Amino acid sequence: MPTKLIINCETGEQTEVELTDEEVAQREADAIAYAAQEAERDAAAVAKAAAKASGEAKLAALGLTAEEISAL
Amino acid sequence: MASKYTLIASSTVGSGGSATISFTSIPATYTDLKVVANARTDRASNNDWVKIGFNGSTSSFTYREIEGDGSTVGSYTGSGQLAFFATASSSTASTFGNAEVYIPNYTGANYKSYSVDTVTENNGTTAVASMNAGLWSNTAAITSIELTPNLGTNFVQYSTAYLYGISNS
Repeated sequence: MPTKLIINCETGEQTEVELTDEEVAQREADAIAYAAQEAERDAAAVAKAAAKASGEAKLAALGLTAEEISAL
Repeated sequence: MASKYTLIASSTVGSGGSATISFTSIPATYTDLKVVANARTDRASNNDWVKIGFNGSTSSFTYREIEGDGSTVGSYTGSGQLAFFATASSSTASTFGNAEVYIPNYTGANYKSYSVDTVTENNGTTAVASMNAGLWSNTAAITSIELTPNLGTNFVQYSTAYLYGISNS
């Protein structure tokens, strides 16, 4: 079982205490939530990049140069 | 007004590693707090986040963060306890992420804000730096601070954390 290092600021005492089952479960839930958050963020970034590329392609089809598009 | 830094407590992780570094019974006698940390976790990656918690709480945390790694930049807003960087198992050996976390007015009755300046250290591949503004939407005075790897299981040996109290007199 992983342990946590506890430093009592009043006494200076340092102790190693095993994580409780609840703390272990919380860490696992946090990791799952973080993975979901990261996946959502990555998907948003991919969608934004695709929209940017699509928009630039449409502007190029209208006759704008790459310099003109980048200046927008 | 002169500021006085006082080292309240410090700790170095031992050979077995630690899943959390927890400062408890923080005295209420200072104006602000600062955590200075050097952290490395056992995550199988180049780096890891370290989460900060107050009074054992894992909820009501939000942050706004900007970061850069020399080739890309990003800015993020999110909920959660992500605070600063640690290096991890794939980082250059014996390197650590560095961070300073400033926590003003930690005994006040308002929500608790904190600001973070952090960087990884990695001679081999990408390193990243970040500035982070966090908020714990809770009015309780802070009496304990918990530091926990985000995806790693443990802080590895020689990771350190120092807690300073700052008095404006």
